[in-house]
Amino acid sequence: MTLSVSRVSRFLNSPGLSLCLVVFSVIAFVSAVLALSGVAPLETFRLLVQGSLGSSVYLGHVLKTFIPLTLCSMGLVYTFRIGLWNIGIEGQIIAGALGGFAFFRLFDTWIAFPLALAGSFVAGAFLALMSGLLKTRFGVHEIFAGLGLNFVAQGFTLWLIFGPWKRPGIASMSGTDPIADVFFLSEKGPFALSTFAIVLVVVVFFLSWVLIRQTLIGLKLHASGTNPTASRLLGLRPSLSLLFALTVCGGLAGLAGFFQVTGVYHRLIPSISSGYGYLAILVVLLSRYDIRFVPLISFFFSCLNVGSIQLPMILQIDSSLSGVIQGLVVLFFLLVKSMKDRSVQNQVSNREVSDE
Amino acid sequence: MIQLIDIQKTYGSLRALDSVSLTVREGSIHALLGENGAGKSTLMKILSGFLPRTSGRILLSGRDEDLGSPEKALAAGIGMLYQEPMDFPQLTVLDNLMIGRSHGFFLQKKHILLDFLKISDELGFCLDPDLPLRRLTLGERQQLEIVRLMSLGVRVLILDEPTTGITDVQKSALFTCLSRLRELGKSVILVSHKLEDVASLCDDATVLRQGKVSGHFSAPFQSMDLLRCMFPESQSPVPSDHHEPGNPFFFLDDVMASDGRVSLKPLSLRICSGEVLGLAGLEGSGQELFLRVAAGLEPLRSGSITLDDFCLSGRPFREFSSRGVAFVPGSRMEDGLISGLTLAEHVALNRSGGSLFFNKKHALDRTRQAIRDFWIKAKPDSTVDSLSGGNQQRFLLSLLPDNPRLLLLENPTRGLDHDSTLAVWTILLDRCRTSGTALVFSSPELDEILQFADRILVFFQGELILDGLCRDLDRDAIGSAVAGMRKSF
Repeated sequence: MTLSVSRVSRFLNSPGLSLCLVVFSVIAFVSAVLALSGVAPLETFRLLVQGSLGSSVYLGHVLKTFIPLTLCSMGLVYTFRIGLWNIGIEGQIIAGALGGFAFFRLFDTWIAFPLALAGSFVAGAFLALMSGLLKTRFGVHEIFAGLGLNFVAQGFTLWLIFGPWKRPGIASMSGTDPIADVFFLSEKGPFALSTFAIVLVVVVFFLSWVLIRQTLIGLKLHASGTNPTASRLLGLRPSLSLLFALTVCGGLAGLAGFFQVTGVYHRLIPSISSGYGYLAILVVLLSRYDIRFVPLISFFFSCLNVGSIQLPMILQIDSSLSGVIQGLVVLFFLLVKSMKDRSVQNQVSNREVSDE
Repeated sequence: MIQLIDIQKTYGSLRALDSVSLTVREGSIHALLGENGAGKSTLMKILSGFLPRTSGRILLSGRDEDLGSPEKALAAGIGMLYQEPMDFPQLTVLDNLMIGRSHGFFLQKKHILLDFLKISDELGFCLDPDLPLRRLTLGERQQLEIVRLMSLGVRVLILDEPTTGITDVQKSALFTCLSRLRELGKSVILVSHKLEDVASLCDDATVLRQGKVSGHFSAPFQSMDLLRCMFPESQSPVPSDHHEPGNPFFFLDDVMASDGRVSLKPLSLRICSGEVLGLAGLEGSGQELFLRVAAGLEPLRSGSITLDDFCLSGRPFREFSSRGVAFVPGSRMEDGLISGLTLAEHVALNRSGGSLFFNKKHALDRTRQAIRDFWIKAKPDSTVDSLSGGNQQRFLLSLLPDNPRLLLLENPTRGLDHDSTLAVWTILLDRCRTSGTALVFSSPELDEILQFADRILVFFQGELILDGLCRDLDRDAIGSAVAGMRKSF
């Protein structure tokens, strides 16, 4: 009797079941909503899959989303590990884009490219550092600082697009003049994607994996985030760890901004960050802050984004369905997780009572 | 009249209260005394409905009462006044009175106002109903709370350390009020440390010690009687052979500091190498603040700290640490260890400096070494949460540097059983003797201090009022100092 109970409870506790529950709930919920709106659910899901994975062109689009999203998500793993909610990441992408674009305007020769790359990283890191210093020096919560600085970055971008960097004769929401052709990230190969960008993501991924999982850095971040008082007694410096995490995250977000400028839009537009920062937060939440799952979940979200683009044309439903699905996945995930945590708690306290 | 009969409260295997019985007469003021951890707060929380009792009966006027929740206790006429009144600073005095009262849909402001004025008058208070609460002093907030409880029909009033933080004038107003309540036939239970207050005001007193009733007194009684009951002569502990201390190396001159709750009055002290100092005093008298100031964790308001010839005042904790000042916090899991991390991870992080990579095998070896040397019952990959209190304490000690000059410990044997306590002390004293480390520790147990320390420092309300060698002082003198009675020496 007890044997089968423990086997059942082990299955109930396995991550596999949680995942199945989440996927099932989302599909069921979305299908219900679609059906109630008079849209065929199966057809919708088919289009989502086909529109993202159906051809090499589509897959190229998916990867174009995947690259900045993954860069941001990897950055957020550092900040989440130390317990920070780096909402300011959206502004850090924008800062990176500005930082990179500035160098493209200043220089014509090949030197602009590496300078812009470095500039993007530094600009994003700088904005993140501002959030960090506001927290360590003045105790300002990073959510408020981040949101505030997001507005600052956004406003500054608009000013630049309509002001000093405007298209001669027309200042418009379509952005600035494009950067010189030579700086466009190459769109070669079956996926029309630059190898440079892919290599960048892969390198950052492996570096981060090693840093977070194999060195003391990951442990220091985790310790400082969990208990800064005890960390100080152990000789750690939680404030420095905090600033480090934010700098790295901001830098990576800056690189995402660089990619948006050189690889996607080729110029500066008002919405250069495309909401990837906020979306990355969802990605990292779903991956349970584990860097190993980040690329996979980022890819899934990118597919949803790209796959939903043709939905308005074919099914007359808004492409924001992708956002709805993404949000639901995270919500259901959190719900299932909290139910599981609650049942574990109950099991533990039941054992305690029987011990007495 | 309230009767508590054989109240038991157990948490797992821990007996917080063991067959506590006491009777509070109508129209009397009854004191409840005892050191921290004696069980006073637990008993009062049970009486006021915040905690369920494990067993025992509570009778009010002969009737068995359930008192399962604060509302039920209030309905039975029992109200508690906390040290920090739980009120609403942004609202006015009158609004505070109205909260928590059940009236119909509409507020009965006038009725409540009249009630308030009547009771205030009866008790001798003078409060303006329209003032916002944050403009009142602590003493005035206390008065308001008493009025509120009286207006709710409370017949048993429990006061938890009411005289902390109020002025002398307000204290006499409070005592006058309590006498008035006694005349009105109410029962008052006064939980207090202040023996002189108790002796002058109360009709009866009960002393708790380690969860049990240690003595009952009826007026008239003297503070000394209460003191001897709180700190009885136990079997004389075997004093360990105290070595002669070495040269002084750590100096505090006119040090003042504050942590918001207690302020240290100007304190000057020198510590010699190899010396063992025990800090005594009632909770919140300044011992913990003193330890933190000496460790560099709390900033100085004035004065200086010197180690050898080096001035440490105002330097960051890191520098204290690098010069050989080590600190072990009293709350192991909150301040000293990181929840969720394993023993090996703590060892890897400990004093790792700026290094990046860590040799997992090296860390594991060091952890195993620590487990052996400090008799820790755990594996290197166990999380610190899974360790018992004694093992956590020994693990904390294992993280200390090898030869600190000064070791500061906040209540090092808190919550430990007898065997763990002995183990910890063996480790600590060994350190002292072999490497000349000076040891400063705080403890609520006078026995522990007299057994292990060479020198004792007694704190009272932030002031160091006694500094002497253990072998030169007798228990009564120390006990009196602890209770703040200066007249005895």
